[in-house]
Amino acid sequence: MVIRRFVAAFAVVLVSAPAFAQDTTVRIKNFMFMPMAVTIHAGETVKWENLDEEPHTVTSETGLFRSGGIDGGGTFRFTFARPGVYKYTCSIHPQMIGTITVK
Amino acid sequence: MHHESPTRRGALKCLAYGSAGTAFALSGGVFTTFDVADAKTQSAKPLFVQVSDSHIGFNKDANPDVAGTFRHAVDLINALPAGPAFVMHTGDITHLSKPEEFDTAAEIMKGLRVSEIHTVPGEHDTIDATGQGYFERYGAASGGKGYYSFDSGGVHFVALVNVLNFKQGGLGALGADQLAWLAADLAGRAASEPIVVFAHMPLWTIYAPWGWGTGDADQAMAHLRRFGSVTVLNGHIHQIVQKVEGNITFHTARATAYPQPAAGMAAGPGPLTVPHDQLASMIGVTSVTSVRHPHGITLDDRTLA
Repeated sequence: MVIRRFVAAFAVVLVSAPAFAQDTTVRIKNFMFMPMAVTIHAGETVKWENLDEEPHTVTSETGLFRSGGIDGGGTFRFTFARPGVYKYTCSIHPQMIGTITVK
Repeated sequence: MHHESPTRRGALKCLAYGSAGTAFALSGGVFTTFDVADAKTQSAKPLFVQVSDSHIGFNKDANPDVAGTFRHAVDLINALPAGPAFVMHTGDITHLSKPEEFDTAAEIMKGLRVSEIHTVPGEHDTIDATGQGYFERYGAASGGKGYYSFDSGGVHFVALVNVLNFKQGGLGALGADQLAWLAADLAGRAASEPIVVFAHMPLWTIYAPWGWGTGDADQAMAHLRRFGSVTVLNGHIHQIVQKVEGNITFHTARATAYPQPAAGMAAGPGPLTVPHDQLASMIGVTSVTSVRHPHGITLDDRTLA
């Protein structure tokens, strides 16, 4: 039993280790950022994928990041250097909101 | 001596054509049907024609040829029995604010046989938040502000911008500076002067979850309410929605690019893909012949079908 648990925990480390190096993905679908709230560590990158036919933008409240128009099928990446709570919106569909929390 | 305006008979009717050529008269906010043949024979010169949402640059299934349908709309306007004094494009001229999209749109609009073309920006025309591409081409009339007014045919026209400075999670916005300008622009005008207001996003809340409204539109309406005849014409939602509130008539135009779902009838307000042979009946232009209350406004929504 103890051994089995150890193996399971080890397996999780093996699986999550490569994922740690990957970008965190936020999908844009049906005029929503999904997930709306994401938590990452300083130095990590968020990738936004626009799955709608409609263009969207990823525009931070403070102007720190601004994607410009991301057409349907397009992506945008931003690397967050410093801890903080970063609110953003789609500048052309202001009902769309999201938050990146950087620890 | 009393002069009866030659367009008075035409002005007694407010026309809104459906895709099948149905016509409705709007009088005092009540719709009644009337003879379509009678409506078709009226050849009064339109005050102006509104086009909207050409979305040049869009290339998905809902309309793979938005330049073609925009050209078709231009042909429809040029074929009117009497040419309008001007054409107003109520925004989303382009899809992604790209220079080549603005160039294509300008080239197509050159084909309009009218002496004046007016515009207001849509949020797709200012996708970079500064609207540089739009203002380089269309900002001169307003000193780079985007909002301005002009007079034509005894009517005062006001062009407003409600696609800049969106509040997070909110609707479109006019902003304090523009509202102050509007108050000054309207001050001192006789209440009998007909007013037509253009803006891209609806100046009343049609559906907040999809952002179909303007957060501070009520403040604009407060300045407009004293006038005897106010017509508010918007685009953005790619379908006709109309409302009458006192002396103010609100009307949204069809797009020339593609339709959108009715409010709340889809997961989101994106392009609505319909069978290709139905597309032309769901896009079009709005021809406006009269905007004088109490006889009502005369709107003729023509599809490309």
